Amino acid sequence: MHISSDSIIIWQLEALSISATIWFTWLIMFLLILSSWLVTRKLSSGTYLSRWQNLLEVLVIGIREQIQQASGQNNDQLLPFIGTLFIFIATSDILEIIPSFHPPTGSLSTTAALAVCVFFAVPFYGIRRRGLLPFLKSYFEPNPFMLPFNVVGELSRTISLAVRLFGNVMSSNMIGAILLSITPLFIPVLMQILGLFTGIIQAYIFAILATIFISSASQVASQNLTKTGKQQ
Amino acid sequence: MTTNLDLIATISIFTAGLTMAIGSVGPALGEGKAVAQALSSIAQQPDEANTITRTLFVGLAFVESIAIYCFVVAMILIFANPFWSYLLSEKRV
Repeated sequence: MHISSDSIIIWQLEALSISATIWFTWLIMFLLILSSWLVTRKLSSGTYLSRWQNLLEVLVIGIREQIQQASGQNNDQLLPFIGTLFIFIATSDILEIIPSFHPPTGSLSTTAALAVCVFFAVPFYGIRRRGLLPFLKSYFEPNPFMLPFNVVGELSRTISLAVRLFGNVMSSNMIGAILLSITPLFIPVLMQILGLFTGIIQAYIFAILATIFISSASQVASQNLTKTGKQQ
Repeated sequence: MTTNLDLIATISIFTAGLTMAIGSVGPALGEGKAVAQALSSIAQQPDEANTITRTLFVGLAFVESIAIYCFVVAMILIFANPFWSYLLSEKRV
């Protein structure tokens, strides 16, 4: 029994080995890019929409609305990053129902990579929106003694982001495998359905948490703006 | 050497069960409380059901992740125990 798909080697040449994680990550990337390219090849702005364009529009508008509700501001800069995270995780969790597909989010390497992306996106968007010094100053609030706690909080939430996604996807796979050896008839199917549900919820939560982290790092500026606006 | 291996296996499996047992009590109580509170809030203000549900799910995921940490630790103890594999490799040499 494999605890993660890293240990399944699909193809090996000398020291270079392609694990199942890399293989299925590239497969999902290929699927997503191909389908988006096919859909956006002939877009129509008229009253008639093809059904795939309709699907993509619903998806993009839905993600944008969720970002606005979660961050409390009109934040279209976040849309590409958060949308990519959500669509990638959701696709890899949905494709889990295909036999012999190992979801890349069920390996700690993939989820750690995604969490590290969020970790670096926080200062990126924060500095872009507020400037370098105000962003760095936010680590010294409410007073300089809080600096280590702020830094540790930043690291620990990255780790918890990675372990949460990994644990949820891996546990649904593992429970399916364990139940298959105990009651192979019907029960594993139910747990797989529950796993699909958990996977979608976790994709949503990963995206929402990334939105909250990034927007909380870039929000103080807008609060200051409204304060000065009120004083004027 | 064999006594060490036996001891590590026994303690690992016992601790894995204990981890799940204790580690799932707290999140279960917390989740029950959160859901009960959210239900009564929705009953009081049905208009805010969307906001309450979204916040509830995010909060539940936070609480749930504690139980998931325990599960990951239990899985590591059983399937990827570092001390077990270290002793095994030493024994083969």
